[in-house]
Amino acid sequence: MSLGSTNNEPGKGRGMFRRGMRVLWVAMRSEPWVFAVAVAGASLHAAVTVGSASVLGHITDTIILPAFAEGRTTAAALATAAALLLAVGAAKALGLGARRLFAGLMQFRMQARYRRSVARKYLRLPLAWHHRHPTGQLLSNANADVEAAWQPLAPLPMAIGSLFMLAVAAVAMVVTDPVLALIAFVVFPVLAAANVAFQRRVAPLATRAQALRAHVSEVAHESFDGALVVKTLGREDTETQRFTESAHRLRDAQISVGRMRAMFDPVMEALPNFGVLAVLLIGMWRLSNGAVAAGDLVQFAYLFTLLTLPIRSFGWILGDLPRSVVGWDRVQKVLTADGAMRYGEERIDGHGGVRLTVRGVSFSYEDGHTSDGAGRDLADAPADTDAPRTTVLRDVDFDIAGGHTIAIVGPTGSGKSTLTTLLMRLVDPDTGTVSYAGTDVRELAKGEIARVAALVPQSTFVFEDTVRGNITLGADVDDSEVWEALRLARADSFIAALPDGLDTRLGERGTSLSGGQRQRLALARAVVRRPRLLILDDATSAVDPQIEAQILAGLRDTDLAATVVVVAYRRATIELADEVLYMEQGTVRDRGAHRDLLQRSPGYRRLVTAYERAAAERANEAAGETAGETAGTDRVAVDLDRAGSAERPSGGAPYGAADDIDTAEEIVR
Amino acid sequence: MSAPVTTDDQTASGLHRSADSAIGTIRRGLQLSPEFAQGLGLTLLFAVVATVGKVIVPIAVQQVIDAGIGAADGGPDIDFVVGTVSLCAVLLAITMVCSYLMNVRLYRATESGLATLRRKAFRHVHDLSVLTQNSERKGALVSRVTADVDQISTFMQWGGILLIVSSGQLLIATALMTVYSWQLTLLVWVSFLPLLFGVRWLQRLLSRAYLGVRERTGDMLGAIGETVMGAAIIRAHATEERTAQRIDTTVLATRRAQVKAQRLSMAVSPFAELVAAMGNAAVVVVGVLLGIGGDITPGELVAFLFLMNLFVQPMMMATEIFNEAQNAIAGWRRVLGVLDTAPDIADPGEGGRELPRGPVEVRFEGVSYAYPEGPTVLDGIDEKIAPGTRVAVVGETGSGKTTFVKLLTRLMDPAAGQVLLDGVDLREVAFSSLRTRVVMVPQEGFLFDSSLGDNIRFARPGAGDAELEAAIVELGLADWLHSLPHGLDTPVGQRGESLSAGERQLVALVRAYVADPDLLVLDEATSAVDPDTEVRIQRALDRLTHGRTSVAIAHRLSTAEAADEVFVFDNGRIVQRGTHADLVGQPGVYADLYASWERSSA
Repeated sequence: MSLGSTNNEPGKGRGMFRRGMRVLWVAMRSEPWVFAVAVAGASLHAAVTVGSASVLGHITDTIILPAFAEGRTTAAALATAAALLLAVGAAKALGLGARRLFAGLMQFRMQARYRRSVARKYLRLPLAWHHRHPTGQLLSNANADVEAAWQPLAPLPMAIGSLFMLAVAAVAMVVTDPVLALIAFVVFPVLAAANVAFQRRVAPLATRAQALRAHVSEVAHESFDGALVVKTLGREDTETQRFTESAHRLRDAQISVGRMRAMFDPVMEALPNFGVLAVLLIGMWRLSNGAVAAGDLVQFAYLFTLLTLPIRSFGWILGDLPRSVVGWDRVQKVLTADGAMRYGEERIDGHGGVRLTVRGVSFSYEDGHTSDGAGRDLADAPADTDAPRTTVLRDVDFDIAGGHTIAIVGPTGSGKSTLTTLLMRLVDPDTGTVSYAGTDVRELAKGEIARVAALVPQSTFVFEDTVRGNITLGADVDDSEVWEALRLARADSFIAALPDGLDTRLGERGTSLSGGQRQRLALARAVVRRPRLLILDDATSAVDPQIEAQILAGLRDTDLAATVVVVAYRRATIELADEVLYMEQGTVRDRGAHRDLLQRSPGYRRLVTAYERAAAERANEAAGETAGETAGTDRVAVDLDRAGSAERPSGGAPYGAADDIDTAEEIVR
Repeated sequence: MSAPVTTDDQTASGLHRSADSAIGTIRRGLQLSPEFAQGLGLTLLFAVVATVGKVIVPIAVQQVIDAGIGAADGGPDIDFVVGTVSLCAVLLAITMVCSYLMNVRLYRATESGLATLRRKAFRHVHDLSVLTQNSERKGALVSRVTADVDQISTFMQWGGILLIVSSGQLLIATALMTVYSWQLTLLVWVSFLPLLFGVRWLQRLLSRAYLGVRERTGDMLGAIGETVMGAAIIRAHATEERTAQRIDTTVLATRRAQVKAQRLSMAVSPFAELVAAMGNAAVVVVGVLLGIGGDITPGELVAFLFLMNLFVQPMMMATEIFNEAQNAIAGWRRVLGVLDTAPDIADPGEGGRELPRGPVEVRFEGVSYAYPEGPTVLDGIDEKIAPGTRVAVVGETGSGKTTFVKLLTRLMDPAAGQVLLDGVDLREVAFSSLRTRVVMVPQEGFLFDSSLGDNIRFARPGAGDAELEAAIVELGLADWLHSLPHGLDTPVGQRGESLSAGERQLVALVRAYVADPDLLVLDEATSAVDPDTEVRIQRALDRLTHGRTSVAIAHRLSTAEAADEVFVFDNGRIVQRGTHADLVGQPGVYADLYASWERSSA
């Protein structure tokens, strides 16, 4: 959705036209019958419309004028006239109805078809691909881009009908009077040329306006998302300034589009009218020569007014084409993206905790930095370029015996969260292997990892679904097991207090939960699957210490016997582990029992004993001694952790955590 | 247009729901954007000329057939025809120019007016209280400054012009047709009148159908959004198939709703065609009979048939115009709904008081708070915080500590009692002064999609890179900064998601520090940061904010140990207050909390 991504200049003349036609051809091939009916309707309508001019001319010559001249008429003549006109009307109505109904049907079917494909592709593509693409862009691929791609389908049958109509009209005019027909052969090509010229000039402007519109929306989204920060820092004025600038750019673009349209519409309307005047002028000369009848003149004039609209339908298509091509290209980029995760055939048998082995694992991500500092348009760049990469994990090596618990400890940004996503095979390492019970996770069958392991991420994604749906996620689990899991996660009491219990709807449109409640929900979601490997990524950070202690005790006491990997800072959590893995700057610095690490690893000691040291220093200060500036001398380097990307903030729903600030209050609306 | 708009959006309790009539809504909408009215008179004049110009050609045809061709028996009257055609050509040219001018002026006026409306609505959203903001989906708020305004724009530039021109066209066609033959005119109106009523009825059905489309589309986008935003969890639990089925359901429901609406909307054109055909037939039959009686000439009859075309077009367009109008009015209502919501936490404005800089004294006098229609969450708080004190706020989930902090930063106003800063009621302090002196760091510090430096600079625009770096170094985060691949230029990604949760909190802290407040409020601002870094920041803040007042909600009780004073919340009241050393020694809530903290961390 960024401005940059619409830079593929649309108005590249013929190339654009050809590409646009290819897009439409895809639709014709996908829905041949619907398309055929729509075109048939359009052609019927077109033929009858042209025919109606002859009918009117015919009626003028054979019924109206004689009647006026002779001062009398017959009932039969009048009935003929009425019947002719009614028949024309009925045929037109039929053609029009069929055209519009089926054109719409085709458009909506294609939209639905591609939305489903895009969404399914999203589900298939690996997480690494998702990380390279901003959320807003992916949403607009599935929505606005699909819509834009199939937009020209609505006027397409009409345009095809119009071609047909023009051909019929041309023949009719030439047959009636070649000289008068010449006027049409001048006026209509001029009309068509004006159309093309206009579209050429307006298309880039309109595309730009469209991009600016998206930008206005992005600014508003971001600003309202960050409303709390804007408010607490008193930055309403600068934000309004930023939005106003964007809105004014849109305004100016819209006005320049408007200026073109303002010129185009009157010209398109006036040209056929000038044609009619020319027909009158020259027609009168032809009439005086006896070359045409008065009825012919009427027919010509009528045809001219009739053909205006169909000619304009070409303009609509031309106008929609550039957007359609851009939309199609963006949709295709998703549909043709490769890198879907490959799965093997292996399964993990047995019961109880699985043995986890990590050998020589390294991981890096593509750098999103650009010189202007705005960064991040990796979306349109191929994934495998030689772009600079930032290393997050280097040569990580460890193993955990089945049923053991290991704590991963390390400073902020040391790669812990990234490691958990690798353990769960949400992403694959650049080098090295992760194995369950000796089997490389890449060899495991699809779905096998989820059957064996469960990850509770740092922030919880809540689906717009019931509590039950959010926990079972479609798994075949009965309510007693759901309650059992909720009890283990200490979430049973607040869920029971919800108005509809397990049937309460959650998400942005439903009940919102506090951060701690969401984490407990996620925990229940994991344990209800009875995983043999449970990975907790700082999953209780928003839970009160007492409740956390209860949860940890509960986990220990169950018959799960799972292997547990827990990312933690809290002592109690760490002490629960059989062993500790201490990480710094993307590598495992040390490994061992908590007590041993405390003794031999200075970094670990500094991290884990930070609170005691702080308390001791305060005591020293209070005692009047000058405390050494320890903090200044031995800072632990905190490296960059792209784990963030594995922890997309995932509040209730699309636009985020409306309930963030209610965290502690647990307001249930 | 007295369209009885069936309100289609479920405005949550927070935002004002306009009860204005359609006319009232339009009037107020126009008032809000003065640009609309500027030069409207002239624009309308051009519009009238442009509309009148539409009858030039039918009249020319009539004149030429009657007077030019049929007048003299000896043949066409050349001079007359040439004269008529030339005159009409000139008139057409004038019409063209007027029509151009009308369009340009309309585009400029509406776009300028709508930009103003967007700006006002946007600003107003930020002026609303947090509570009101959170009563709406963020997406719904965004659409009030985007899609809703676009809807008004579509109507004004397309439907509006069409409405003016079409009504004019109907009027002029009627007038002219009456000149030719009042009997035929009556006939035409009688045959079209039922259609007009039918269109209104259909249009009501249609607006319900379109509402259905909007709702289904919303559900669909929500479902597709989950595949993107919940990508990790869907993969972790292998629920791809179930998710795909949920999406299919919503996509197909959307398609069904679209097709249904389309069926209704297209129905009117074939009907109009049929009615027009009947009208045509009736006019020919009756016209010929009248002509025999000498009431009408053949040219007039033919011109009449041409004029009927002017009549049919607006009828065919009517449903769509009505629809656009209704959408525009609904859009306008929603925008007005924002602007009509009085911010319940308002800036005192001109009369607001400025607080002098320096350590802040805070006083709570008999403060109580209850959420609208909710239970009381804070009850009778009477406390004083001396200038320069570092206070830690502790308590269990739901004990009222967050509410306390929100009242202190005036994100909310108390239901009873008052919060005083240096003896001044918060409600009387100018926002400009309040927001520079009091800064809060929320738990999830939101980052904007730009560079790290820009995000910090958000608190103090104009600060140079050197200042920002100095601030980071002062907070003891120099190593962290240097570990970032591009330092201050490192892009943080949307919502800062290229950084880890802990790093986002670091940025928010630096940002607040750069803002240089006199009262710093931290709401679990370091919950995702490792203990060592947390302690270092804490110490740096203590040193740097020395002499300033600070209030911190402490998730980890280490913060409480370091504080000058601890406020212990339980069940909406402050049940204990004192230093850590005092409180930990006496039995009570704090001692219990601390024991559990000790167990978990020490």
